[in-house]
Amino acid sequence: MTTKAFQKIYTKIDNITKATVTVRAQGVGNDELATVGGKLAQVVRISGDEITLQVFQGTEGIATDSEVVFHGEPPVLKVGDDLAGRFFDAYGAPLDGGMPVEGEAREIGGPTVNPFKRIQPSELIATGIAGIDLNNTIVSGQKIPFFADPDQPYNQVMADVALRAQADKIILGGMGMTNDDYLYFRNLFENAGVLDRIVCFVNTTENPPVERLLVPDMALTAAEYFAVDKGEKVLVLLTDMTLYADALAIVSNRMDQIPSKDSMPGSLYSDLAKIYEKAVQLPNGGSITIIAVTTLSGGDITNAVPDNTGYITEGQLFLRKDSDTGKVIVDPFRSLSRLKQLVIGKKTREDHPQVMNAAVRLYSDAANARTKLENGFDLSDYDERTLKFAREYSERLLAIDVNIEVTEMLDTAWRLFAKYFTKSEVAIKEALTEKYWPRTA
Amino acid sequence: MKTKGKVTGIISNIVIVRADGPVAQNEIATVTLGEVSMMAEVIKVIGDDAYVQVFDSTRGLRVGAEVEFEGHMLEATLGPGILSKNYDGLQNDLADMDGLFIRRGQRTSPLDETTLWEFEPLAKPGDRVEAGDWLGQVKEQWIMHKIMVPFAFEGSYTVKSVVGPGEYNIRHTVAVLEDAQGREHPVTMVQRWPVKRPVKAYVSKPRPSRILETGVRPIDTFNPIADGGTGFIPGPFGAGKTVLQHAIAKQAEADIIIMIACGERANEVVEIFAEFPHLDDPHTGHKLMERTTIICNTSNMPVASREASVYTGMTIGEYYRAMGLKVLILADSTSRWAQALREMSNRLEELPGQDAFPMDLSAIISNFYARAGLVHLRNGATGSVTFLGTVSPAGGNLKEPVTEATQKAARCFYALSQQRADSKRYPAIDPLDSYSKYLEYPEIVEYLDGRIEAGWVGLVNKGKTIVQRGKEAAEQIDILGDDGVPVEYHDRFWKSELIDFVILQQDAFDAIDANTPLDRQRYMYNLVLDICDRRFDFDDFQGCAEFYKSLINLFRQLNYSEWESEKFAEYRARIDELVATKESNK
Repeated sequence: MTTKAFQKIYTKIDNITKATVTVRAQGVGNDELATVGGKLAQVVRISGDEITLQVFQGTEGIATDSEVVFHGEPPVLKVGDDLAGRFFDAYGAPLDGGMPVEGEAREIGGPTVNPFKRIQPSELIATGIAGIDLNNTIVSGQKIPFFADPDQPYNQVMADVALRAQADKIILGGMGMTNDDYLYFRNLFENAGVLDRIVCFVNTTENPPVERLLVPDMALTAAEYFAVDKGEKVLVLLTDMTLYADALAIVSNRMDQIPSKDSMPGSLYSDLAKIYEKAVQLPNGGSITIIAVTTLSGGDITNAVPDNTGYITEGQLFLRKDSDTGKVIVDPFRSLSRLKQLVIGKKTREDHPQVMNAAVRLYSDAANARTKLENGFDLSDYDERTLKFAREYSERLLAIDVNIEVTEMLDTAWRLFAKYFTKSEVAIKEALTEKYWPRTA
Repeated sequence: MKTKGKVTGIISNIVIVRADGPVAQNEIATVTLGEVSMMAEVIKVIGDDAYVQVFDSTRGLRVGAEVEFEGHMLEATLGPGILSKNYDGLQNDLADMDGLFIRRGQRTSPLDETTLWEFEPLAKPGDRVEAGDWLGQVKEQWIMHKIMVPFAFEGSYTVKSVVGPGEYNIRHTVAVLEDAQGREHPVTMVQRWPVKRPVKAYVSKPRPSRILETGVRPIDTFNPIADGGTGFIPGPFGAGKTVLQHAIAKQAEADIIIMIACGERANEVVEIFAEFPHLDDPHTGHKLMERTTIICNTSNMPVASREASVYTGMTIGEYYRAMGLKVLILADSTSRWAQALREMSNRLEELPGQDAFPMDLSAIISNFYARAGLVHLRNGATGSVTFLGTVSPAGGNLKEPVTEATQKAARCFYALSQQRADSKRYPAIDPLDSYSKYLEYPEIVEYLDGRIEAGWVGLVNKGKTIVQRGKEAAEQIDILGDDGVPVEYHDRFWKSELIDFVILQQDAFDAIDANTPLDRQRYMYNLVLDICDRRFDFDDFQGCAEFYKSLINLFRQLNYSEWESEKFAEYRARIDELVATKESNK
């Protein structure tokens, strides 16, 4: 940032902590940006003429006589069609060596869409993955995270989903991403020839953690430009939101706030909701769909971050390695898409809801049979059949490397039902069974 | 003269204001930021410094900004035209706002000022009246909306004049009242009331004595909620709190429904916006939206107005109750309200209680639930506010402050279980952990004897025992193995499964199964209990399981069939046939 001629420069800093500095100044607005000793900072507290600034990169090297310059405005992103195909850092500055984007400067973290002006989401986003399309259908305007352990291939799955989904723009917000993962996404997008549809805001592990706090707002401001102004269908990928929450905790700790559960700030729910609720179906046909990643620690979903996320998002997707087939599957028990009811059986074939439920119920019977087996009990004939069904269901439908249309998924499910079970064991409404039960198993 | 002040400090949405005159706790203030005026509420006063929480983003606010104190607390505007409206937490009409985004400081009027209402007087000159007494009525949707002596009027008054029948707007003076000192007070169709203060315009608040039918079997049959009662639904995410609440909102036998979307997802409210105008109220045949008011303060809207939203909803409920109506208030989720309290207490740097919630959380929740209830009005009519809130316990653990505080205040407890949700047994209301204290009320027992059938509560307890015994049998089977226990254990387990699948599980997305009227609930429950009373002969546990699975399948088809239709009779007959094949002759 260049200093404008008329801006007043302050050179006496009163207090310095790891993340904040306090300086005496007048006429400063809340949330306003400033430069402190060349580093970007934001006003977080005002008490009379005492202004507390959060320095994004940390305060290392800042001296009591470092220069403080206030910018007179909150963080902004310059929006325009030229954003497409570009890679930016957390401040919206180009990472790809290109020129800065020219356009209208918009405040990031802007106002809320009036809930009354929203449209009910009703468009299916097809991913080809049955664990999603069949069991946990995603709808445009939805927000849904992957709950995954750090060793699971969540970024790859997310990238697959992004490339298969028919989105006009894909906006990646990377927080605390390893450089390797950043390059993975970059290569993938380049090789898939979709660069003109991509915008990336990336904070890698090499950057200071507090900078991450800007990434989701940057990504969503760009998303709002394309969805609201251009009426486009925008898919926003946010990875990894747990690292975002960690940055929130760091800041609140340094501001001496009383932590609530798991050392997270008491406002975690509202902070996360402000991001996720940007997902929207607009009356002009544009939409913002958010697919995020929340990494878990040892699969624990009662931790404050996944827990609050679960209450905000419209479902969650769990990845799991299936020991039967050795493949990564989308866990049918713990995954949920809340908005699927809006499309299944309506935008997809009528038997979708019942087929989905029956298959999951039978798969759950198989899990019970497996428990029995492990406890050394004899299996009934039904138990044996559920186990065989489970194996094939997992391999032919749940595995994430399957890529087929929803109707084919339904047909496959019916064939598996007929292969292993009787009609009354499957227990689907008779009208549907008569119509779809395969004549020859 | 209004007290004025200037901003001296800002921490997020808490603003410190140096005031030049008297300031009251909870007084409303207006903070000026350029062209924008933002509403705020005083939450702490130290010397000349008033700490106000701003109901909006304070981005860009500077020291020295002008503040004006309004001399009153946060108030709801009450009058005809509230039904079918979509408000935010501060009662701004969301439908009236222009633009896609909610602009900062944007205010819209809660009521239409110009609509003409067909007024019919109910009081006459010379009548002695008090706060809450009916002066006249107008027809709002299909409800007779009473125009009352404003709740804020203290003592008794004499009616000096009432306008004749005719069409008036809400600002027209419809009556003039004279107080004991001979002063005249004009009354219009609108009144204002501070939302945090309970409306007390009634004679007495008796114990509830009837149940509120919801059409949801595990509630009505197993743990009914009283008309004028309180209940809460705690459950981890994904357990189906919202689906259950929506089902109740659609089907409950109430005159007025107030839905408070408090810090929850916007898309859930959009679902109501989209569906309710088209769905029929099963009790009156009118459109659902005609009896519904939505208070929508979703999770991304300002935290301070989220706190206000539950009070705004409750005040509107109390207003309609004073008209002798049955009001049901649903709040999703009261945990978000508690979190709003936590965020504020945190910013005020108060010493925290458990999980950083404010120390007086339990008292605040109790006081709020206490505003529900059945009331006798001065004219002999009764009105009720039934309150049902959801709780979102952190990590699904019920041992957390909000759940524990609510459990002390609410009389019905509908525990949603993760385990039931995982096995897709919806609604996931745990039959053994949940309870309704109302089943212990002699007046409710007596009411159910008459409304459903004699000895009904006895049958309910019998069903609960069967479920309990089934669960114990299942544990035995798990430990000893299918073959390790007598077939009778399997029979016991499957009888509890029969109750579970037929009565406790209900498909909220099936047009017929979603809503079960009490008569049908009585019929189905007796049918199931009758089978539970019978003894069957099974060769082995596999035969037992096979029989009950087929039986459950037939029962499910019965639940999906239209009441007393041909299909219904057909499945009913097939159940009898199947039962006959295995029934013991001994």
